[in-house]
Amino acid sequence: MNNREETLIPKLGVITDIRIDTPDIKTFRVVTPDGVKPFTHRPGQCAMLSVPGVGEAMFSITSSPTNEEYMEFSIKKCGCVTEWLHQAEPGQQITIRGPYGKPFPVDDEFAGKNLLFIAGGVGLAPLRSVINYCRHYRDRYGKIDIVYGSRSKDDLLDYKEIIDEWANDNDVNVHLTIDREQDGWDGHVGFVPNYVKELGFDTDKTAILCGPPIMIKFTLEGLYALGFEKEQIYTTLEMRMKCGVGKCGRCNVGSKYICKDGPVFRFDELDELPDEY
Amino acid sequence: MRKCSLDTINHVFAEIAAGSALYLPADGTDGKAVYTRWQEGVEWSRALNTVRSPKDFFFPQTENLMEFKTSGKNIEIIDTRDEGEDFVIFGVRACDVKSFDILDRVFLKEPIDSYYASKREHGIIISVACSRPSETCFCKTFGINPAEPAGDISVWQSENELFWQANTEKGEAVLNRLTSVTEEADDSAVVAEKEKIGKIMDKLPLAGLKTDAFGAGKTMDLFESPYWDSLSEACLGCGTCTFVCPTCQCYDIKDFDTGSGVVRFRCWDSCMYSDFTRMSAGQPRLTQRERFRQRFMHKLVYYPENNDGMFSCVGCGRCLAKCPISMNIVKVMKTIGGKEHE
Repeated sequence: MNNREETLIPKLGVITDIRIDTPDIKTFRVVTPDGVKPFTHRPGQCAMLSVPGVGEAMFSITSSPTNEEYMEFSIKKCGCVTEWLHQAEPGQQITIRGPYGKPFPVDDEFAGKNLLFIAGGVGLAPLRSVINYCRHYRDRYGKIDIVYGSRSKDDLLDYKEIIDEWANDNDVNVHLTIDREQDGWDGHVGFVPNYVKELGFDTDKTAILCGPPIMIKFTLEGLYALGFEKEQIYTTLEMRMKCGVGKCGRCNVGSKYICKDGPVFRFDELDELPDEY
Repeated sequence: MRKCSLDTINHVFAEIAAGSALYLPADGTDGKAVYTRWQEGVEWSRALNTVRSPKDFFFPQTENLMEFKTSGKNIEIIDTRDEGEDFVIFGVRACDVKSFDILDRVFLKEPIDSYYASKREHGIIISVACSRPSETCFCKTFGINPAEPAGDISVWQSENELFWQANTEKGEAVLNRLTSVTEEADDSAVVAEKEKIGKIMDKLPLAGLKTDAFGAGKTMDLFESPYWDSLSEACLGCGTCTFVCPTCQCYDIKDFDTGSGVVRFRCWDSCMYSDFTRMSAGQPRLTQRERFRQRFMHKLVYYPENNDGMFSCVGCGRCLAKCPISMNIVKVMKTIGGKEHE
């Protein structure tokens, strides 16, 4: 028997709760069979979840590290593992390993700053961990603005939490938008990049972006037009991964491995990498 | 230093094999050299090198990682790793010995890959100097001297004799078991052999290949080179270069349903394949051009950037011999690096 630690050998996890968030996104609550959180993590880090016989895939951890009871993953149905998970029921065991990747610099570069979170669709999942971390340690940060958009009202992730908790915080400004007019929606209508321009933020902020590539592209243009510098904008990248520790060789952009050197990058760091993500 | 006659080499092999499994290059039925477990009747190949590299010993083409048993909603994870046993690989060339250092920097970097580490600890490497380097050899470009192969034991071959020198404690231990089949020798024949090899190396057609245009910090200079289009145009994406390459280390992890459980295994993968980076969210390397570029940028720029300037090529020449469209790293280096680097 080989007694060495081996990161590729996962731990057991149990899905204890499944929340239907949108027509294609569910949020899974995961603990170990003993009922505790599988491991500690930092905001923006990821974990490998697997269903033996189906496969293993990397997901961002959407719950905040300040949640000491369980871990949550918001997962969009889009491939083999995710489709299988969407059919699972509470009590189902899965495997879990991690945490992987470099987190958002919440305790250093973000400290004392005004924060502007901008997310589109399931892109809110990795940011929710950061947002709830910053809400938990509220006095460590300045103003918090959250711009979040999706295709429709039904496609807004964590809608109940946003309305009941984030929007009720005195010093958190939530700006929601959906792509098209819809019955029962009296909020803003329009794409995220345009909404950011309309809201016209001061440049005294650190911006954190996550969403589809097209949203990132146009939102960046908007932020630059407002006077933001690359050094104040962060995002998180996505690539196919197998090992999670920079050895299987597939998630690199230039010499950086997204699994271990990322997924969190500042835009001036991305400037030094080839445009292949 | 110890020596034995070439005629009695099988006695030496028998002595080594009595202690632990011994593998060496032997000619297969198709006449091509493959690493084979030695037993009485197996003859050491005279071929310069094996078709496949010896990376299989530490990083097998397929390898079971763990097993799972499932019942209802429950899963049992079974750690199937074993302690492993010592083994000896004889006949490893200088280029291939160097490839182990390159793989070490991937698999032994934290978090250490325990599957690889265990095999590496159990493996004892006996290298053999290249008496007749060939026209596809360019190890010298990467600072490798085929007359001075590393490994636990280095062996040099003169006309009728083999000279053995231990370089490590592991090598010493093996050599100490061979006192009855070897005798004490001075190094005069070895010095002459090294000189002979040096002269051949200087005359090889690829002797002047340079790495100046490559290495850490060259990403932005080379990534958008206009030559990637023409170089990659005929690439079939077959992945042969990556499979014969001693330093290619990319792998896939897959599950196999055995009927009574699930085996999770890893297998070699190739950046030359279209599904290597394909995910449900999209494909960052859309055409063969991007995949081809990735392979060579990794060996010549990205790997050096992450590993103190060390290149991830040892100049073994296997890809030169095996590519079905005769494309290879030498052509890439000459074209991208400019003609002055020939």
